[in-house]
Formats: sequence, C-alpha cells, structure tokens
Amino acid sequence: MISIFQNYGGELLTGLGQTLLCSIIALIFALIIGSAFAIMETMPNKFARVVARVYIEVFRNIPLLVITMFFYVVIPMYIVKISGFASGTVGLTLYSSAFIAETVRSGIQSVDPGQMEGARSTGLSYWQSMRYIILPQAFRYVIPPLGNQFINLVKNSSVLAFVAGFDLMYQANVIASDSLQSMSTYMCVGVLYLILTLPLSYYMRHLEKKLA
Amino acid sequence: MRKILSRVGLVVALLIMVVSLGACSSTSGSKRDVLKDDKQSNTITWGVKADTKLFGLMDVKDNQIKGFEVDLAKAMTKEILGKKGKARFIQVTSQTRMPLLANGNIDAIMATMTITPQRAEQVDFSRSYFDAGQAILVKDGSPIKNVRSLNRKGAVVLGVVGSNSVQNIKKFAPKARVLQLSDYSQALTALKSGQGDALTTDNGILYGMSIENPGYSVVGGTFTKEPYGIATAKGQRPFHNAINHALTKVENSGEYNKLIYKWFHNVKGFDMKGAER
Repeated sequence: MISIFQNYGGELLTGLGQTLLCSIIALIFALIIGSAFAIMETMPNKFARVVARVYIEVFRNIPLLVITMFFYVVIPMYIVKISGFASGTVGLTLYSSAFIAETVRSGIQSVDPGQMEGARSTGLSYWQSMRYIILPQAFRYVIPPLGNQFINLVKNSSVLAFVAGFDLMYQANVIASDSLQSMSTYMCVGVLYLILTLPLSYYMRHLEKKLA
Repeated sequence: MRKILSRVGLVVALLIMVVSLGACSSTSGSKRDVLKDDKQSNTITWGVKADTKLFGLMDVKDNQIKGFEVDLAKAMTKEILGKKGKARFIQVTSQTRMPLLANGNIDAIMATMTITPQRAEQVDFSRSYFDAGQAILVKDGSPIKNVRSLNRKGAVVLGVVGSNSVQNIKKFAPKARVLQLSDYSQALTALKSGQGDALTTDNGILYGMSIENPGYSVVGGTFTKEPYGIATAKGQRPFHNAINHALTKVENSGEYNKLIYKWFHNVKGFDMKGAER
C-alpha cells in the first residue's frame, strides 16, 4: 500500500483534487437547485408543484450513471461539446438535487403550518415568511438527513471514472491496471475517500449539536 | 479532550482495519495444481473478452460468447482434456482478468492480452497465438491519417483502461491527451459522440469495430507489435506446458488456419497470409 502512495502520488493527488472539485461544485448547486424545488413543491400554486414533482421524480428515479452517460454521449452529439468531467458533475448535481429537494421539503412540511399563518397575519408576505420564519427552522430539522445526502454525493462522484473525468476512482482503475496491484490500490483509494468524507461527517454532526 | 481522543481512536481503528485487510491479499494465493484439478473436473475455465468483436463477443440472442479466442480455447481444451473435455467461459475485462486469475476464478486468460515483460512478472505467458499490432480508428474524412498526426496539442486519443495501448500511445504521440474508458464499447461510444479524435488499440479489435460501424476506418497501419499470449498463474508449470503443447497441435493440424479463415476472411485490409501458421 505504501508503495502505491510513493509511486503514484501525483496521480492520486490529481484524482483527489478532481473528486473534491466535482463534489464542491455539485454540492453547492445541488443544494441551491434542491432547495428551490423543495420550496416550489410546497407552494400553493398548483403548476409550480407539478413542475417540481416531475423534476424530482425524473432525476430521483433514473440511475446516476444513465444521467451522466446522457450528458457525456447525447449532448455532445447534438448540442454542445462538454468534457467527461463536466458531464459527470452536471449529472451528479441534477441527481443529488432531487434527493436534497425531497429532504428539504420534508423539513418545510414539518414546520407547524400555524407558523406560516402567524407570520402572514403580522403582515409579512409569503416569500418573507418563507425566508425569515419557515426556512431557518426547516433547515435545522433536516441537517442530519442532509449530511447523509452530502456524504452520498461525495461517494457518487466516482461516476466520473466512467466518463474519463480523471477523478479518484478513474486514477484507481488506471493505477490498478498499471501496477497490477488491484487490492492495495483500491485500499489506498478507500482511505482517500475516507479522508474526504470523515471530516464532512464530523462537521455535520458538529453543526447538528450546535443548532439543534 | 476525551471526545477528541475517542474520535482519533475511531479513525485509527478504521485505518488499521483497512491496512490489515490489505495485508490479507498477499497470503490468499492458493497452492493448487490447475492441470490436475481440471483433468479431474474435465473442465478448463477460460477468461475471455465479451465486448470484442471477432475475438470474444457476447451474442445477446443465445447468451454465448463467440469469437476467434473462444473457438481456439475450445480446440485447445479438446487437445488437453481429450474429446469430451469441456471449456467454460468467464467474461473478463482488461482490469478484472489479472485479479480473477490470481484468486483462481479462472484457469487461464485468453483475452487479447499482449505479452509484456512487466506482466510476465505476475503471470506466465504461453507462446503468442496471434500477432496483432497497435493502430488507430478514426471517423471517415478525419484529418488524422496516422499516429504522427495525433502528436499535437489538443488532440484527444481514446483508449481502454488497463490496456497496453494507452501506455504505447503516450510514447508515439506524447503531446496528445489520453482518455481511458472502461471498455471498448464505451470507448467507441465516446469516439462517436466526438469526445476524442481517434480510438487506439490493437488492429484486430479495431477491424471488428470498423465492420460493425460503417463510416469509421483503421488508418495508418500498425505502429507496434503486440503478440497475444495465454496467461496462466505463476507456478503452474504443468498447465503452462500443456497449453503450449496444445497450441502447437492446433496449429499443426490446420485447425488454427481454419479458425483464422472463419473469423477474419471478410475483414477489409486484414493480412490473411501473414496471420496463418
């Protein structure tokens, strides 16, 4: 295992960087898109609810790999040329955003409806009550399940390996076939994924204790 | 303080688990006599490709892997075990074939595997059973005419992870960017969708792709020699010798040439006379 780190340190580091970059981009956008669809799903407007429902059901129920392959193969053929890294990151963002939307929705709905009524009766608009009264409480409720989604997202970024996105898993496949030491290579990569996910896991735990 | 200690403890425990698991891998190699076992069960288990036209391709209609390598393996099984010997086929990829051989899931690899000194340290190779060479496949009308025109900044070459050809292309076109996909069908899909300028691997495999996909052709001839060998686990001398012996017999009986004709006679640009033995 040590020899893998010594001989392929550069490759592993590139892989770690690409995985981290993809995860951060996907995490930020998935959180924004997911929250937006969660709010739409709880809106009084029926049209908005239907649009959100369709989006969530489509991206939640198609395998991540299929979404990614669609962006890698079909989009460059007809629309615009995008690299493996970009298609993987877009696929991961859309896929994760559907799960995050469902998580955040459950948070919004677990806030007592009386809160909204109370806020509206003090003269706040619907958006103001959402922004200042409902959402802060909703996010606090859903920190633990949201943490799960974030960790899943980091691990799911290994889909980049399929579309030559130069991430950790891609480098692992390359190194394993080059060094012919599959077992120790995948062990190394497992440790590197732990290095990415464990701090995230601890941070979410810390956040949960601080806010709840 | 206690909290921090317990956290550090958890991380250390996880690391120890991972490292000790890693250490297991070196001791799991079993000492068995493959030839004796195979004679007893009257079956040889071959690791073959299932995604490679002409060599080993899964026929979805009857779920059988078909190709030159599969037929050659069947003929060699009959030489080693007698007329009633059975050949069992397990699908492998460039990445999985070495681990599968090491842990005994397959007895031998016949999966378009080039004999290289580096690989020969891990497995034993038979004599070459097919002399391939690396080439490139491009879309018809592409400005790329041979491997030299790929050697420029911005050129993207597609290959398959774990194959010898991705190492070679770095020598012949060091300026090109190499993308390694997980198997040949993936690589071909990527070529079709414009993710790369050329696909590189052994010519035998590329010919298979150009038959299936009009509009794509092999250009520029071969630029390396890639002799394919049958790999067996280290320390299986009797089985290794039996394989070499069986290969000679299949070649001498004329069966080898029949199989070459069966699979390659309608391939455009294939050198039949050069391939016959």
